[in-house]
Amino acid sequence: MEPLLKVENLRIELTTRDGIAPVIDNLSLELNAGESLSFVGESGCGKSMTALGIMGLLPDKIGRIASGSIIFNGEDLTKASDARLREIRGNDISMIFQEPMTSLNPVYTIGEQIAEVLRRHQNLSASAAWSKAIDLLDAVRIPNPKARVSDYPHQMSGGQRQRVMIAIALACEPKILIADEPTTALDVTVQAQIFDLLRDLGRETGTAIILITHDMGAVAEMADRMIVMYAGRKAEEGPVEQIIDHPRHPYTKGLISCVPHLMATLTDERPELTEVGGIVPGLKEFGRDACLFASRCDRVDDKCLSARPPEMAFDNQQFAACWHAKEV
Amino acid sequence: MSSDTMNKPASPPEEVVKARHPAAEAWEMFRRNHAAMAALIVLSIITLVAIFGPIFWPADPFEMVWAPFSPPGEEGYVLGTDYLGRDLLIMLIHGARVSIVIGLAAAFVSIVIGVTVGALAGFYRGWVEEVLMRFTEFFQVLPTLLFSMVIVALFGASLPMITFAIGVVSWTAVARITRAEFMRIRELEFVMASRASGTKNLRLIFGVILPNALPPIIVQAALMVGSAILFEAGLSFLGLTDPNVVSWGQIIGSNRQYILDASYTVTIPGVAIFVTVLAISLVGDGLNDALNPKLRQR
Repeated sequence: MEPLLKVENLRIELTTRDGIAPVIDNLSLELNAGESLSFVGESGCGKSMTALGIMGLLPDKIGRIASGSIIFNGEDLTKASDARLREIRGNDISMIFQEPMTSLNPVYTIGEQIAEVLRRHQNLSASAAWSKAIDLLDAVRIPNPKARVSDYPHQMSGGQRQRVMIAIALACEPKILIADEPTTALDVTVQAQIFDLLRDLGRETGTAIILITHDMGAVAEMADRMIVMYAGRKAEEGPVEQIIDHPRHPYTKGLISCVPHLMATLTDERPELTEVGGIVPGLKEFGRDACLFASRCDRVDDKCLSARPPEMAFDNQQFAACWHAKEV
Repeated sequence: MSSDTMNKPASPPEEVVKARHPAAEAWEMFRRNHAAMAALIVLSIITLVAIFGPIFWPADPFEMVWAPFSPPGEEGYVLGTDYLGRDLLIMLIHGARVSIVIGLAAAFVSIVIGVTVGALAGFYRGWVEEVLMRFTEFFQVLPTLLFSMVIVALFGASLPMITFAIGVVSWTAVARITRAEFMRIRELEFVMASRASGTKNLRLIFGVILPNALPPIIVQAALMVGSAILFEAGLSFLGLTDPNVVSWGQIIGSNRQYILDASYTVTIPGVAIFVTVLAISLVGDGLNDALNPKLRQR
């Protein structure tokens, strides 16, 4: 079966003061309808850039897709016109952002903001869009939606605003929902509610979800498959359970061991909490033909420093870009 | 943390922020500014006089009713008569309408030009901004009074032309404010979120960003009404005015030769202009307090 979204050899370049840096380097991925895929990695590894690249929303004049293709439903989005991209955005592919506090327009009621998307993409009449907005608020589990629909964003809490964002994103029943760290700004209890909501609604509407996060716990809870990104390159890809069970890339291993374990009693001895030593290389280093993780890796040898590791495939559909993947 | 524990009613409810509508909050702030409130009352009275005065006193302001240079209070003419024996009170009431209408219309013209230029420059950046801002600077360095005099002298001293001349020389400040606001707001998350839901650029500019950029523009607009009234008075004083309508500036202008013999003919309309412009400035100041979140004490 043809995948819903197929990204091939994508390279996104950013123009910086020091020259051009490939923030996404030779990234390929596939997403099937209804599937949920997670992007994991630390800040600046290119997770959000990939999302913006797919949406065609890279920052003007600074970022551009240098090569590769993004095939959505048989259509190459890198070659699509602005008008066509606007049709797709919010209708076929939609996105929710990190900061629910500032992601809604403060001067319109939430009902107006939900209804606007419906009117634009589905040509609903004003009254039909309004009543569908109320249904959507109900679907994202906002209590008393009939009264809340004419509230302004400042009258809602962070969790409620993120629910409204989800309602806007899912209003047109898109095929793909990109969630860019949707819970980073929220309380832990609210985070769990938002993840539940995303998962349930994703299942109901058959929407494929791309979850961008640096929270391994969220990945384990939400996703079927995951891609670990490091410095703009794919480090590892595979089914979530397999990777958490047996990571094949030293970086993934490091990330997983960074997650603290909850203990039943506080006095029990805890396993030592490790960290991944060192820092991500600067943007200048990104294009080099070497393993970019080498400076932080304890398995580093000459090969790692002289050539970029190819993707090593394993029987369980796990891929790892490491010269030592078999030994890890 | 399994999902069913989260759905129990015992889970902590999301806090509902009780906040009031921004407009109500702004009015609250405005009311606390006593000077602005007083000014608003004065301005309302002046506006009522401008709207309804000519209906209650429908006399022709250009009609000679009594001996010239009759001081205020004499023969029942409360404000006296001017050098042609015209009733100053009637002229003042009829002139209020023209002065205020020109003030509003000229401010409107400059807001339309300024907001359009500033919005496009601040939204598109790049070469669009370069071109538009050089254009703005060109207008900024022109001597405004001289430029508007040239326009009026060339195209005739009719009310629409005077309005246009005032508006076209005073939009640059609006353009700069609008551009600055757009540059700030276009980077905010909700603009990105709006793009991500497929909003067209034109809608982004006027439907999404502009409503958020309005507060400082409203303040500037209020102040501009005042300066436009002054500007009109200046032009009328120099004789560049429509001779068929009476405005406050025109009363001063036509009586200026008698400033030493009958100073009240110039003082009375001068005070009217002064009070009106001061009231508008104070209201603008109050609006600034009410609409500028940085000045708000919480």
